[in-house]
Amino acid sequence: MHSPVKALQLKTRIFTAIVVLTNVLGNSLLSRGMQSVGVLLSLSPLPYVRALFNPWVAAGVSLLIVWLLSHMALLSWADLSYVLPVTSIAYVLVPLVGRFFLHEQVSLVRWGGIALIVLGVMLVGRTAPRTTPAPVKARGAHA
Amino acid sequence: MKWLLVAIIVLATTAGEVLQAVGMRRHGEIHDFRPGALGRVAAVLAKSRYIVAAIGAMAVSFFAFMALVSIAELSFAVPVTAASYIFETILAKYLLKEHIGWKRWTGVLLVACGVTLLAF
Repeated sequence: MHSPVKALQLKTRIFTAIVVLTNVLGNSLLSRGMQSVGVLLSLSPLPYVRALFNPWVAAGVSLLIVWLLSHMALLSWADLSYVLPVTSIAYVLVPLVGRFFLHEQVSLVRWGGIALIVLGVMLVGRTAPRTTPAPVKARGAHA
Repeated sequence: MKWLLVAIIVLATTAGEVLQAVGMRRHGEIHDFRPGALGRVAAVLAKSRYIVAAIGAMAVSFFAFMALVSIAELSFAVPVTAASYIFETILAKYLLKEHIGWKRWTGVLLVACGVTLLAF
């Protein structure tokens, strides 16, 4: 049996991982698709709808829907000021994937940026995910 | 045009995420992840004004982001949206009453600076 604190920590880690992975993959697929769709600057919805038929864009949008839902679930028990910095580890994954899988160059300034993000995430990760009391109307007697 | 889109994205993301946090906090912690239970959660959330407004704002932010990546590189688009971190953390403190100690403030600032550096 896990203690409630440990269980919450585990749940938070799992959902953070889902949020981060769907964000990185979703945005990469979307960006790849938009490159073949071309310039998209219009107030009419039609060009956007047409873009959705591009398979890369469709796959990206599907993953971003999973991202939105898991992000909402995470916010149901964790602070916004916790979720926001911790999930930004996603920004580090993009250049790291580029460096180690696509053999792209990562500049010194970017390595600095990666180091700052990792440090920031480690600092915030050491704080309790929730600092506000649970709402009174919460169902069940779990608390 | 580029910067107009950036402004729309930052404002809509900030509004969307803060509204999401308010709506989800009012809903309470999700415990049960079985499909039936998640369906019931979705039905409850679809009636929440905060969640509906949040999804509207996220949709605006999403389409503006799509437009931005079609005229600018992803390495420009992602870092500039980091400005929303600062606004969201301030709103989390004053609107959501979260306790933001030195670790969180320092962490958020390091992350925002780091994301900006990634643009270079």
